[in-house]
Amino acid sequence: MRFPQYRISFLLLFLASFTTNLKADNDCLRCHANNTHSIYNDWTERNEKRLMNPYYILDSLRIKAGVHGSFACIDCHSSDYETYPHQGELKLEPLMTCIDCHGGDENFADYKFEEIETEFGKSVHATALGEVFTCSKCHSQHYYQAKARTSESVRDIVKFSNEMCISCHDNTSKYQLMSDSLSPKLVETHDWLPNQKLHFENVRCIECHTQIQDSLMVSHNILPKEKALKLCVECHTANSHLNASLYKYKNIQARSEKGKVGIILANKSYVIGAYQNETLNLLSILIFMAVIGGIIIHSFFRIIKK
Amino acid sequence: MSTEGKVYLYPIWLRIWHAINALGILVLIYTGLNMQFARPDFELLRFDLAVTLHNFAGVIVSINYLIFFIGNLVTSNKKYYRIKPKGLRKRLLKQLRFYTYGMFKNEEVPYPISEKRKFNPVQKYTYVAVMYLMVPIIIVTGIALLFPELIIEEVYNMSGIFLTAILHAIVGFIISIFLIIHLYFATIGKKPVSNFVSIITGWH
Repeated sequence: MRFPQYRISFLLLFLASFTTNLKADNDCLRCHANNTHSIYNDWTERNEKRLMNPYYILDSLRIKAGVHGSFACIDCHSSDYETYPHQGELKLEPLMTCIDCHGGDENFADYKFEEIETEFGKSVHATALGEVFTCSKCHSQHYYQAKARTSESVRDIVKFSNEMCISCHDNTSKYQLMSDSLSPKLVETHDWLPNQKLHFENVRCIECHTQIQDSLMVSHNILPKEKALKLCVECHTANSHLNASLYKYKNIQARSEKGKVGIILANKSYVIGAYQNETLNLLSILIFMAVIGGIIIHSFFRIIKK
Repeated sequence: MSTEGKVYLYPIWLRIWHAINALGILVLIYTGLNMQFARPDFELLRFDLAVTLHNFAGVIVSINYLIFFIGNLVTSNKKYYRIKPKGLRKRLLKQLRFYTYGMFKNEEVPYPISEKRKFNPVQKYTYVAVMYLMVPIIIVTGIALLFPELIIEEVYNMSGIFLTAILHAIVGFIISIFLIIHLYFATIGKKPVSNFVSIITGWH
């Protein structure tokens, strides 16, 4: 059988592009995934080893695990980066934001990028800082993962989500990239919150610090701190605020996979007051009524037989 | 107060334990219900206050339980709690028959209170079950919920903290039901208030 020639050409073309991509990325990461890099110094006419700027060191494994893991560096960065040493002004290249690629994209309709943009526009980040506060301030294009959609574990989702906030709010140098003031100490500003550690590990910051938007999976309207939820009972109730966001999504997802009984048994989270079991509630009311009924009847006979 | 014809049944350590336990458990039930059925539009007690009170009362009642436990190990009070399996069913049924039938027919009390027998069979085995099974369970689960890092994260694909909390709530409910029945049965004395006076003065 003769293998059609065009198929061979396609295969070769694919292999060629794949290896070039791989080579290109490896070329970048050869320096950018290491603490040091070598540079040829024209003045001394020697190869010299220099320390890499720590902010430009990337974790290649985390990149591969991220949503853009299959991308080549120059898919987003200027192809001029292929020349080394890089030209200084490349540092000022304008980078794309989420909406530049994902806006109006049918493949990502489920993520509702446009609605996210509108909601974000109302947030304290946007109103206080304007356009300089880009998506990447929270969502690192290098490492971002759609955890809330892909992870099974609520705790895992919470950790990933909170790290986005903490990466600035607990890091003075990154915080001051956006603000001239000192970053408020989170432990102190949340000292009113009982079981602080437990809450920080199990509840996303955005649970209290955003305006829940039912149509969006993750609300992006981050509120000013005065408007954040501070009432325990908003979450610790059968009609919990939490059920409107992460837990609602997780429950719907789990219910479709495991059925109603499955969701009760497989629920990985527990919040006092919010997680009430209807069957147990009903049973307890029946037992309580039976006991009171029994006491009334017994008292009645005690009185008439006196 | 005349103690003639009366038996000194409740020594002072027991009465102090009982009083602390009674007040503690009332606080625990009230705050526990407030947490379990918290609602934003109907708050009898602020949630964070309910949590704090519940934690304090829980710790006090737990430490207090040690008084009961040790007291029952070292004093003669332990004899009232000794389980005697022989003829147990018969004795329980006899006492239950008295509660549901005999007492209305003015029959003799089948197991009258004496220095040798503080509790009738129904009382004795309910107290044993509550004090040596239910209370330890609620203390252990309570400590676990105070320090959730102690709890096994997952048990057969179920959340450990969920199971612990459910068990804590179920046992809490059982103890609350016990309390209601305990209080009602306490009114079955010479006079409805006699037993309440006894647990304060010690004399029955």
